[in-house]
Amino acid sequence: MIKLNVNGKDYAVDVSSEVPLLWVIRDHLQLTGTKFGCGMSLCGACTVHVDGEATRSCVTPVGDVAGKKIVTIEGLPPDLGNPLQTAWTAEEVPQCGYCQPGQIMAAAALLALNPKPEDAEIDDAMSGNICRCGTYPRIRRAIHLAAKTTSARGEQ
Amino acid sequence: MNGTSIDIRRRNFLKASAAVGGGLILGFYVPSRGAEIAAAQVPPPAVEPNAWIRIDSNGNITILVAKAEMGQGVYTSMPMLIAEELEVNWDKIRVAPAPAAPVYKHTVFGVQVTGGSTSVSSSWDQLRTVGATMREMLILTAAKQWGVAPETCQAKMGLVKHSASSREADYGSLAEQAAKMSVPQNVTLKDPKDFKIIGKAVPRLDTPEKIDGSGLFGLDVRILDMLIAVVARSPVFGGTVKSIKDDQAKKIPGVKIVAQVPTGIVVAADDFWSAKQGRDALEIVWEEGEGAQLSTEALREQYAELAKAPGAVAHKEGDAGQALSGAAKQLEGVYEVPYLAHACMEPLNCVVDLREDRCEIWTGTQFQGGDQNAAAAVAGLQPEQVKINTMLLGGGFGRRANPHSDFVVEAVQVAKALKKPVKVIWTREDDMRGGYYRPLWYSKLAAGLDEEGKPVAWTHRIVGQSIIAGTAFEEAMIQNGIDGASVEGAADLPYAIPNLLVDLHSPKNLVPVQWWRSVGHSHTGFVVESFIDELAAAAGKDPYEFRRNLLAAHPRHLGVLELVAKQAGWGQAPPAGRSRGLSVHASFGSWVAQVAEVSVDKNGQISVHRVVCAVDCGRVVNPDTVKAQMESGIIFGLSAALFGEITLKGGRVEQSNFHDYPVVRLDESPEVDVHIVPSSERPTGVGEPGTPPIAAAVANAVFAATGARVRRLPMTADRVKEAMKAM
Ligand code: FES
Ligand code: FES
Repeated sequence: MIKLNVNGKDYAVDVSSEVPLLWVIRDHLQLTGTKFGCGMSLCGACTVHVDGEATRSCVTPVGDVAGKKIVTIEGLPPDLGNPLQTAWTAEEVPQCGYCQPGQIMAAAALLALNPKPEDAEIDDAMSGNICRCGTYPRIRRAIHLAAKTTSARGEQ
Repeated sequence: MNGTSIDIRRRNFLKASAAVGGGLILGFYVPSRGAEIAAAQVPPPAVEPNAWIRIDSNGNITILVAKAEMGQGVYTSMPMLIAEELEVNWDKIRVAPAPAAPVYKHTVFGVQVTGGSTSVSSSWDQLRTVGATMREMLILTAAKQWGVAPETCQAKMGLVKHSASSREADYGSLAEQAAKMSVPQNVTLKDPKDFKIIGKAVPRLDTPEKIDGSGLFGLDVRILDMLIAVVARSPVFGGTVKSIKDDQAKKIPGVKIVAQVPTGIVVAADDFWSAKQGRDALEIVWEEGEGAQLSTEALREQYAELAKAPGAVAHKEGDAGQALSGAAKQLEGVYEVPYLAHACMEPLNCVVDLREDRCEIWTGTQFQGGDQNAAAAVAGLQPEQVKINTMLLGGGFGRRANPHSDFVVEAVQVAKALKKPVKVIWTREDDMRGGYYRPLWYSKLAAGLDEEGKPVAWTHRIVGQSIIAGTAFEEAMIQNGIDGASVEGAADLPYAIPNLLVDLHSPKNLVPVQWWRSVGHSHTGFVVESFIDELAAAAGKDPYEFRRNLLAAHPRHLGVLELVAKQAGWGQAPPAGRSRGLSVHASFGSWVAQVAEVSVDKNGQISVHRVVCAVDCGRVVNPDTVKAQMESGIIFGLSAALFGEITLKGGRVEQSNFHDYPVVRLDESPEVDVHIVPSSERPTGVGEPGTPPIAAAVANAVFAATGARVRRLPMTADRVKEAMKAM
């Protein structure tokens, strides 16, 4: 039994500790917002937060994250999620949408650390997340927009 | 233009039903892209409706679509056409995948047989007709209730009004009565000048579920008692299982069944990871067959050899051979593009629940019709016993419209072998190595210029596999040895050159090939627009002026060319360190011109900083969707231009995942600046036409930057450097 805390809820899962976190989240906890794209830490579709850090769940053995705070797209706290989701909507970012949960999780981790990222910093934080539909120009704009609304709110 | 009167020729195109829980449902048929291709030659079979519009008694309007949304915005543009005629506010419209509830089967599926109308431009009329028909039914219902003439009533913002008596009724209150009417056979469509929704960048309806993780893709489907399976497939195309040892695999906890299926060995377990561990533990000896001989290098040599002899003539004007030999200046060029994987973000997958008398399938497919027939054949059922639930598609790009329904057929075979409901998952490696690539193409060109630098002759010999050969569409779609999709964009060369010859060789081999975003245009756009640039350079002319002069008879080519030149600042110096390249290409009824701004370092590394794009796609339904599709098509094409290449050695595909099949990432993505040519012509395609011009725009910019001509894709740093050295 491995004890996990996902989106604030405690779970005990009967799996071996080497199973990648991604498949525990998807197959055992049945949270399917976290996607499978490559299984090799190459595409970012499986990005979740582990203790606040953007983490590729497809290469993270579940045993390594027992007892840590895991957050998936379904549990992204509103203070992080709302400005991004609003910006994503305003810029009409998603096309097929498959990569977008991972993109938003990566962007949320970026803004949590760096509320006003420059283009180069966005490039750095987001280049591990592939989008085959080519929504990159809009992702860049949406992150700037979310940063603006978050900081505007912070200054009030 | 006045409002058009539309006569619904197929009587059963629309049929009304009472909605579950009261209200009105209209069912209609929307063709999928694959079906369009098929139906171009083959009469469409009788089909069930795959979309419904529902007004419930509370006035909620839901459009239920069983058609593939793969990012192209069909879940938004389709409802826009309906909402425009229905006279409702956009914020009242919801879109949802058509549900699989049996109740729908009885009220709608069971009763109706509709004839499919089958082209994009006809859904322009068709969907507006659906909206207008529903509006008429609501008006007729209100008029009857009030005892007034229908012509004196008006529909507006979800209400039917009768101003003379100041009466009004909302759609919701009329829906139930309206459902009892017969469907009017003649409705009047709006004059475009009165459009309130069409032409506006209304918000996409599918965004919310795509940003909170709730949207369900094929991979996310779970049904009762389902096993999860992976298949060990032959490492070479056409190989079969010779022998198998599975005792280790069966020992993996969670593994339930190991079985043989036509494509290989299936391992089914409670969860994906156990199934994959099980597959890793299999020991299979393959009978590889002749597929083991395949190699990219040998194919390139074979194609070069073939290109020495004339092929089947795809287009001929004048006498190109003679004009060429008499020309003042002659040019030659060989262009090559590789096999390409679609690499959709969501790897292939398919869920099947196979019972004795029915089969239900959940998958992201672009080709419901074909998949249904193919699944029925495998399951030993009638097509109407097969139900396909179209899930969100994590990218399609052509891969999910397989002419052999490969991933659906295999999943049904798996379900048959397991006798259990099953989800078959392809890993990224399975997906990348599973074939059905954009074909490898070899093009050999020659052209002649006269004393003034005007082209007098152009020959283009194309060598590559036909996509249609070996499919059910072969007989209808290959004419005089020509698969139109092999030469599209080349045989219809728009430039005014008096002597032309385009011919084709269609060799066969075991590598499965398929349409890949923009199909034949994905190679001809690059080849033709690069070679025309070579001609401009040889003539000592500006590439823009050179093209303009040869396109005088093609106003819509000129329209996008002039717009892109203006917006890109063609003729003015580019920003320091950057060079510009231009291209223009028509495909899927639309015209697109692009200018790429690139820099090249001394190692041959290309950076694409900015792409300016002009598009003419007729009347614009949603301008933001058009822009998004251009951006998407450009970045997709750029991945192929810079990185994409599937190669074979000893029959094995050498690439496996995104490390050896790289795609453009955010830090490599250019700014994209899209401009739309205003038009009142019929709407045309936007999903694919953005892709063909980009590789040539970049190659032409590389030429402008370095003087080196890269004639082989992808333009890796090594190849660019080699071309630079060769000068
Ligand atoms: S699935 Fe984890 S990075 Fe691609
Ligand atoms: S939106 Fe389709 S992969 Fe990103």
